[in-house]
Amino acid sequence: MQAYLDQLIQGGAFAGMPREVVYAIGMLLAAFIVLSAFVAPLAGVTSWLERRVWARMQSRVGPNRVGPQGILQWLADGIKNLLKEDIIPTAADKKLFSLAPYIVFMGFLCAFVVIPFGGHLIVADLNIGILYILAVTSLVVVGILMAGWASNNKWSLLGGMRSAAQIISYEIPAGVSVLMIVFLAGTLSMQGIIKGQGWAPWDWYLFHNPFTFAGFFLYFTAALAEGNRTPFDIPEAESELVAGYVTEYSGMRFLFFFFAEWGNLYVIGAVATTLFLGGWQVPPLAIFENSPMLLAVAQFVTFFLKAYLWVFVAMWIRATLPRVRVDQLMSLCWKYMVPLSFICLLGTVAFMFVPADGQRITSAAMFGLGVAITIIFFLRVGFQIRQAKPELYFKPHI
Amino acid sequence: MNGAQVGFFILAGLLIVSSLWVVFQRNVVHSAMALVAALFLVAILFLTLNAPMVGVLQILVYAGAIMVLFLFVIMFLNPIGLEQRRRLWWGFGALAGLLLAGALVPVLTNGDAPRDPVVATELFGGPEELARSLFTDFVLPFEIASILLLVAIVGAVVLAKREP
Repeated sequence: MQAYLDQLIQGGAFAGMPREVVYAIGMLLAAFIVLSAFVAPLAGVTSWLERRVWARMQSRVGPNRVGPQGILQWLADGIKNLLKEDIIPTAADKKLFSLAPYIVFMGFLCAFVVIPFGGHLIVADLNIGILYILAVTSLVVVGILMAGWASNNKWSLLGGMRSAAQIISYEIPAGVSVLMIVFLAGTLSMQGIIKGQGWAPWDWYLFHNPFTFAGFFLYFTAALAEGNRTPFDIPEAESELVAGYVTEYSGMRFLFFFFAEWGNLYVIGAVATTLFLGGWQVPPLAIFENSPMLLAVAQFVTFFLKAYLWVFVAMWIRATLPRVRVDQLMSLCWKYMVPLSFICLLGTVAFMFVPADGQRITSAAMFGLGVAITIIFFLRVGFQIRQAKPELYFKPHI
Repeated sequence: MNGAQVGFFILAGLLIVSSLWVVFQRNVVHSAMALVAALFLVAILFLTLNAPMVGVLQILVYAGAIMVLFLFVIMFLNPIGLEQRRRLWWGFGALAGLLLAGALVPVLTNGDAPRDPVVATELFGGPEELARSLFTDFVLPFEIASILLLVAIVGAVVLAKREP
């Protein structure tokens, strides 16, 4: 991004303007484009798709009235929430109450700065990229605690405290799984991690050795818990806490929390793709060599689809698993996931001493295992669908 | 005055304002929030000083983790109402502040440049440089600090454990 602006300045596009002003305007413009053209529709469409997918899994129909198949439902929801009365409870702490949604929103939006959508399509390739993502997403907790406390409502406070405990705990397995990949790649930069992998699945860090394979699932589970997603959504458990920390919110502020939640799903998928699934790496085909534009598009599509697959998996999980209890959540993290993640870290470190030939054989074997697991999974799901024979599965366009 | 200096003065001004808020707010939660803001601004100062690693660690460790624990404890104990003004503490605080100001006077009035200025290179403050100095020149203090933290954690666990 900065290099591109430097090129423009050299070309004399902004004659007479101080360099810092050009940078500031360029960065603001980039942030605006990323927010309005990518993040907002992404979170919106994800919210619609999630409701449709759940509905399908629970043999319901879901929102299908606004636009084709209901795809514009998120716009209708947004307009409705904008027009609603903005209520701040009298007993609430007004300043913190109004500030909290924006802090949560900022925490998730800042992560988009270092997400590598393509070889050159990244706002800033920081040399501390992945650490930066961990840092800015940890700011979300401050916003959630703020919302819970400022509402002056016991359900909100309980929700906020649960959320803080959960996010702080699950940051450890997530951070250790990230550390594994940092050891293998030898860099913290997002582009550097992707360049350490290849386009072929057996070159991905996911299949590098058995420990990274387990580390991927540890990371994904911990990230779901950090994003307050079912089965770890005890902060907003509606059967216990009304709606947790969002109980007192209405209108646009309410929407900001959910905006952040749905957008955060994509961030989880994107980070998992970068770390474990080879990011934007595409096969070195002949057609890409003489057209950089086509290459950029192919890289973006590859990255986007890989990342969105995990958003989709999170939707399945939400539709199928029941919510865990608070004590189960904590014991899962501290008694199982933290020790497991440390074992995986040590295993990965030990594996780095294995000679290259052995590593290649292990990668191939792990890839075979991954394929076998996927095939068994789909056979099982297909069997289940054929046995259940619900009417709706055979009429997907109601 | 160039752009970097303008940025520095804006950041420093905001930092001072938020630090004063930490001290003068009567509501404990507001103080804690102002402290989060102050730590965040310090992190941005580190970023402008070409030390992104330290800046991000500052956000991750202080603003993200330690302050959340602070807030957690404050909300858990839920102090009712506002903090009372106590004359005695004001006296102690003023004394400590004056001592600190007195200690800072020679530094602030020192017009000479530092003896061995080090020019910040492109790699300065990056993860590689930081790790190299931590694990070569400062490995003993680093290990001592980590053992200290481990002892503190073990101590906390022992204190929190209920006798059967």
